[in-house]
Amino acid sequence: MSAEIKEREPLFSAKNIKLLKNPLNFENPITVQVLGICSALAVTAKLEPAVVMSISVVFVAAISNVVISLLRNGIPPRIRIIVQLVVIASMVILVDQVLKAFVYDVSKQLSVFVGLIITNCIIMGRLEAFAMANKPWPSFLDGIGNGLGYGAILIIIAFFRELLGSGTIYGYHVVPESFFELGYKNNGLMILPPMALIVVGVIIWVQRYYTRELIEKN
Amino acid sequence: MYSNGYIFRYAAIMVIVAAALLSTAAMLLKPFQERNVAIDKMGGILASADIPDITAENAIQLFNEYVKEEIVINQDGDVVESYTQSKKEDAKAFKLDLKAELYKKTKGLPYELPLYVIEKDNQTLYVVPLRGVGLWGPIWGNMALSDDLNTIVGVTFDHKGETPGLGAEIIMDFFTDQFVGKKIFDDNGAFKSIKVVKGGIGTLPDSEKIHGVDAISGGTITSNGVNDMLHDVLESYLPYLKKHR
Repeated sequence: MSAEIKEREPLFSAKNIKLLKNPLNFENPITVQVLGICSALAVTAKLEPAVVMSISVVFVAAISNVVISLLRNGIPPRIRIIVQLVVIASMVILVDQVLKAFVYDVSKQLSVFVGLIITNCIIMGRLEAFAMANKPWPSFLDGIGNGLGYGAILIIIAFFRELLGSGTIYGYHVVPESFFELGYKNNGLMILPPMALIVVGVIIWVQRYYTRELIEKN
Repeated sequence: MYSNGYIFRYAAIMVIVAAALLSTAAMLLKPFQERNVAIDKMGGILASADIPDITAENAIQLFNEYVKEEIVINQDGDVVESYTQSKKEDAKAFKLDLKAELYKKTKGLPYELPLYVIEKDNQTLYVVPLRGVGLWGPIWGNMALSDDLNTIVGVTFDHKGETPGLGAEIIMDFFTDQFVGKKIFDDNGAFKSIKVVKGGIGTLPDSEKIHGVDAISGGTITSNGVNDMLHDVLESYLPYLKKHR
């Protein structure tokens, strides 16, 4: 009995905090693991869908991590990928239904992209790599951390694409009219998906400049 | 270490649990969702007639206030039903599935179409609902015509999943405002629809400019979708429009 209590670590032990923080930088799903690029291109032309997408991904990643972690000892390894997919798909459909019922405008904005969370490799990657082998609480933190790491990059990309592409931030005009009168033009290229990839590239570059550990040795 | 029997049982139970969970959620949330869809539809109809301050809360009330008549017409342009009572959301016209009716048209079957009559500032406006296809999914909208059934007073568009920043821009004011004052018939009464022109209406001859708007750059397929939607839907209303002009 006493041994069990001794083993129990605090909810926010250093190890657990690391689970939350690492995906934001050292193990960022987009810039380091290069996962979830597809949706990073698709929903980042404007900030608002990027923000809602990030929140949805945080939710789905956290909950499916917990569910899989709870089931981990009973899942037959041969069908584990299918089980993971069923859990993710159920969560995503649930999120979609709730958005449609209570924040209809936002759900209209996101439309197909909520459904596409199912195909986001980050979530399945975390289930397979983490939740299958860890307890529910660390899995929950891992899901939140990775969702946030993904969301942070999404929001940075969307910020630059919306600012340079449309001259707005979160739908508000920020580039003053006088700029346009002087001949400034919104860069239409920023709205197109390839520019998201280039922005991701720039973020990776900047991140590695400040975090030298990430640079490959050879 | 797991037998085949266990795997099958596990999979079966898992899908049943998931199905039960999702269908329960869908059933519980359905009334909310349907209400949202109805409110959204009303909001679109009202917005095309440029009625101010529409919110999700007051849409039903405003709809009953401004919409005076809901008409169902058939393929020959004859009025099948005219609804003028209160509770406008229960009218047959409001419940008609435009998608299904337009599909019947493509199959050569008889079809019925809704038309909303709005009284605003002593002006009578006729709102035609629109539906078509964009790049990734359906697009739809409403077009308010003034009582000459020719001049456009306002339009709204909406879409299921057009590309954000590109095709999705069809809902923005800068695009829809272009339609105001445009005409769907020429001076001789020939049907022209409204063309969504790639490269801008500057490329059109002067006589055609009143029947065209600028397309959205980068959103060519959605723009073409809007173009086709306007042409096809307005064409279905032609018998009625011609009779009443």
